[in-house]
Amino acid sequence: MMGDIYRNQRAMRAMRQTAMQRGVIAVLDVGTSKIACLILVLEENMDAANDEGIGNLAGQEKFRVIGAATTRSRGVEFGETMVLRETERAIRTAVQAAQKMAQCRVDHVMACASGGRPRSYGLAGQVQVEREIVTESDVAHVLASCDIPDYGADREILHAQPVNFVLDHRSGLTDPRNQIGQRLACDMHMLTADRAPIGNLVHCVRRCDLEMAGLAMSSYVSGISALVEDEQELGAACIDMGGGTTGISIFLKRHMIYADAVRLGGEHVTHDIAMGFKVPMNVAERIKTFHGGVVATGMDDRDMIEIDRESESWDGERRAVSRAELIGIMRPRVEEILEAVRERLDAAGFEHLPSQQIVLTGGASQVPGIDSLAARILGQQVRIGHPLRVRGLPQAVTGTAFSSAVGLSLLAAHPQDECWDFELPYDFRAARPLKRAVKWFRTNW
Amino acid sequence: MRTMKDPAPSRLEYRMKRLMLRPSMRPFRRFGMPVIALATLVSLWAVDEGRRESAVAFLSELRNEVGERPELIVRMMIVEGASPELAASIRKSLSIEFPVSPFNLRLADLTEKVQALDAVAHASLQVRSRGVLVVEVDERVPVAVWRSDDSVVLLDKTGYRVATVPSRVSRPDLPLVAGLGADAAIPEVLQLYYVARPIRDRLRGFIRVGERRWDVVLDRGQSIKLPETQAVTALKKVVELDVAQDLLERDISVVDFRNSQRPVLRLGQTAIGTLHDG
Repeated sequence: MMGDIYRNQRAMRAMRQTAMQRGVIAVLDVGTSKIACLILVLEENMDAANDEGIGNLAGQEKFRVIGAATTRSRGVEFGETMVLRETERAIRTAVQAAQKMAQCRVDHVMACASGGRPRSYGLAGQVQVEREIVTESDVAHVLASCDIPDYGADREILHAQPVNFVLDHRSGLTDPRNQIGQRLACDMHMLTADRAPIGNLVHCVRRCDLEMAGLAMSSYVSGISALVEDEQELGAACIDMGGGTTGISIFLKRHMIYADAVRLGGEHVTHDIAMGFKVPMNVAERIKTFHGGVVATGMDDRDMIEIDRESESWDGERRAVSRAELIGIMRPRVEEILEAVRERLDAAGFEHLPSQQIVLTGGASQVPGIDSLAARILGQQVRIGHPLRVRGLPQAVTGTAFSSAVGLSLLAAHPQDECWDFELPYDFRAARPLKRAVKWFRTNW
Repeated sequence: MRTMKDPAPSRLEYRMKRLMLRPSMRPFRRFGMPVIALATLVSLWAVDEGRRESAVAFLSELRNEVGERPELIVRMMIVEGASPELAASIRKSLSIEFPVSPFNLRLADLTEKVQALDAVAHASLQVRSRGVLVVEVDERVPVAVWRSDDSVVLLDKTGYRVATVPSRVSRPDLPLVAGLGADAAIPEVLQLYYVARPIRDRLRGFIRVGERRWDVVLDRGQSIKLPETQAVTALKKVVELDVAQDLLERDISVVDFRNSQRPVLRLGQTAIGTLHDG
């Protein structure tokens, strides 16, 4: 079981290193409603001192965006690729437009997926330190010693990040190497997702002549870009309200410690509007983005919205609705989404965290008034999180809908340690063939 | 509802675009493709022979028209840096009929023609504003008269022929040289001529002997034989002897300085008689 993820993830890591050497990498956010592609130039020795105002932040001084493109997503439902051919075409559109803007060919892609029913596991492992001082092989040992639960045969490990090390009762170590101690324990956060949607996504990317250089959960990467450092340190939840799913990721001590997703999103709101007003989906989407809201005021009764502008037929029928009616349709659905998020947060034990900060991001968080509604459901500390400013990012893609794309580029420039970044200890690697040989001898002789 | 065209590129188009974005394709995109497109257009147009001919005719007509504009046409020629005789001969050799179109003047050929004249060291031709053809000439200055078997010519300081003169008398101010190969040693003659200032009124000329050394010929049949090397020093000694002791006033027919270690004097007939009688 362990060997497989090692192989796949190591292959992707090798690709990422190749891309780093070449200096150009693309990040691809395949969402339910849109596909965003950013092309980054990675500059290892970029002189941060030349750029006044940008200090040593979360690593965004290490790269520059040279190409950005967005296209409407197709064939994706609930963040999962359903119609491969359609998704492949959409990815091709986005990549080609970004390449055209960058005037540069890109071969390596880091992608993020929002669907696949992510589930997180907290793992713990413990070993005796070999020689007083903790070495890298001890770290590898303790990571390998975490007993991996049976997460299901049709699931894939997306992230397995060491979040905490304990050395003889001293907890909260981020890097135990070269420290003195006897007993090394670690906590690992493992995130799994369904194999089929992930495999479909990888297949689509491969069909576009691109190499996968990494795969991440979109709720995780939008947390990286939408949460400020203090929030990541003290504990916060990032709610990435996308088109088809709403991702949840909880950060503490700069590590993701929990991730989940609710299969509800902005497209459901659009659906409700389309059904409620009996208009086509594109008209409903337009009404939602231009006039939508969740908090009704007295004035909204008088604010009439013309909705027959682009729909056919139905002459003489009422084709104007008040904004209050629109809010009356949107609000229950948004409330439902937030309630579902509340349930997941409660299940994860969010209330035990030192800080209860909640950051809303993603395209659906642009609904006016959602922060006050969320404050009522999720808790008092709610804010809308815009993605971090990175160099070269066009103004058009700085909105909350692009926090996962930006977060993925931050991750590309500053990769988080995953358990497969450490060499698999020898005894683990050797164990299985040796055991198999012994077994073969026993049964045959 | 309006149906929109699928914005997605086809697989082939996508691959082609990516191929074009390869760094190695960059020079091709910048130069190769425009040049190929242009060449294709031009060749497609020029397939028809009639079109080609009409284009050639149009171009030549345009050329004529432009050449005959009053602003451009050349009306006169000025020769600078040449004596009147040389200027006349340059005009004669060029024989251009003005007014003439500047396109019909081949300056390189004309320059060659001018430089072919003996008296011209270097020439440059320019068409200047207001239709003036300017010929700038460095004229060769004659410094010696060379009498050979059949003609008398003037030589410049490098020994190059400048002009033929009917007799030596036409340039009495220049030294006379004679003998085969004298033109190759003109610089030395000039030095000798300079050194011979005190005896210049008696000097008749210089004779090149065997293409290697000089004889200085004076009047009254006297001559000074100079060595191959350091002829100037030798002549200087002779001149000094003459200034100090009136060497050349005496009855001496030849002063032989060919071996400077052992100069020899050949006496005249009278002196020999006097010597024998005495």
